[in-house]
Amino acid sequence: MIDRELPVTEDDLHAYVDGELPAGRKEAVTAWLAAHPEQAALVAAWQAQGDAIRTRYGAVVNETLPIRLKLDQVLRNSRAGGRPWKAMAAAAAAAIFMIGGATGWMARGASASAPAPAPSVFERFTAEALEAYRLYVVEVRHPVEVPGSERKHMTQWLSKRLGYEQRIPDLQSIGLRLVGGRLLPGPTGAAAFYMYEGPSGERFTIYCARVEAPETALRFKDGERAAAFYWADDNAAYVVTGPANRERLETVTKAIYEQMEAGTKKS
Amino acid sequence: MATFQQDVEATIPALRRYARALTRDADIADDLVQDTLVRALRSEHLFHGGELRSWMYTILTNLNRNRLRSLARRPAMSSIDDNDAPDLAGPEAGGRDIERALATLVEDQRNALLLVVLEGLSYREVATVQGVPIGTVMSRLARARAQIKNYLEGGRPTLRRVK
Repeated sequence: MIDRELPVTEDDLHAYVDGELPAGRKEAVTAWLAAHPEQAALVAAWQAQGDAIRTRYGAVVNETLPIRLKLDQVLRNSRAGGRPWKAMAAAAAAAIFMIGGATGWMARGASASAPAPAPSVFERFTAEALEAYRLYVVEVRHPVEVPGSERKHMTQWLSKRLGYEQRIPDLQSIGLRLVGGRLLPGPTGAAAFYMYEGPSGERFTIYCARVEAPETALRFKDGERAAAFYWADDNAAYVVTGPANRERLETVTKAIYEQMEAGTKKS
Repeated sequence: MATFQQDVEATIPALRRYARALTRDADIADDLVQDTLVRALRSEHLFHGGELRSWMYTILTNLNRNRLRSLARRPAMSSIDDNDAPDLAGPEAGGRDIERALATLVEDQRNALLLVVLEGLSYREVATVQGVPIGTVMSRLARARAQIKNYLEGGRPTLRRVK
């Protein structure tokens, strides 16, 4: 039996907050706290900390699991041995491209009847991205807010504003120079907009924002004079927009996609 | 076999929550959970009954420790929290203070606090996860709570403004 007259220690107070006290002792501490406002305030502060932590992170359990955390996916990867991320990311990129190509083709042929994993998000993001593209790509003097020469600053700034780490791809290998980027309003909050320019003045843009949407394969959207590829990973949605030359756009998108995904799946 | 996998699967949402709070980065958190799942599935023969949940938390906690150690060996990276963008107002703003406060904790204290407060483990279970006596768990909890209280009451380092 626990003596109700034992002095109340700090350990008791923690155990009280965490529901670890035996029933009899709990009542004794409750009574003791009523007579000790200073310690009662301390207990209340600890309880408030717990509430804040649960409020901040509790909802994570209700989020949709990203595909890579589905058990059958993990099992498959696990059997394949190790987590050779680079190889896997490349394979995933290739596979998704094949699927995306087919989906895009279907979407063009059978527009609305094509199966759409997240039609509303896809439509909204792509529409916003195409509009941003049309608006800013014609700008000669002020196409961007932050020039490409300030890549590091831009990465930090937009990471902060969008709430997740930005990766600004380097596309020199396919002849595209980073013009710069800007912050835009997006369908679900802040969006980042990056612009690249080729030797002949052709411009491509990446429009991305955080989104609560399932991972999707690449989807193609054909517009007037401009076209776009859309995809979402477990964190964000991306739209790559460029002149309506599908082959060229696909090459550019693939380069961007590989860099984004290689960055995301860090080992 | 199938039951083991189902039991593992049932822990995933809570593991994500714990990892998210531990790392305060959704991507890094999910990487940790993924590694934890791979490790657990491969080590089924090492699991001799008992609390599967505690075992999963143990794996994740240890993997995170390894991650932090390997980070410490790399050149310092500046945190995105260091830049000058103003805090976003909105649904997340209320959580920023507690997030920053957690970031100031010593790793073992943060682990102990989150396992108790967020994951609802008993002191005994946390002692198992951390491989220490219950008294050590309690002193980690006490230090964590004192540090957070101090931080929230203004003991935080002055915010830098970089221009």
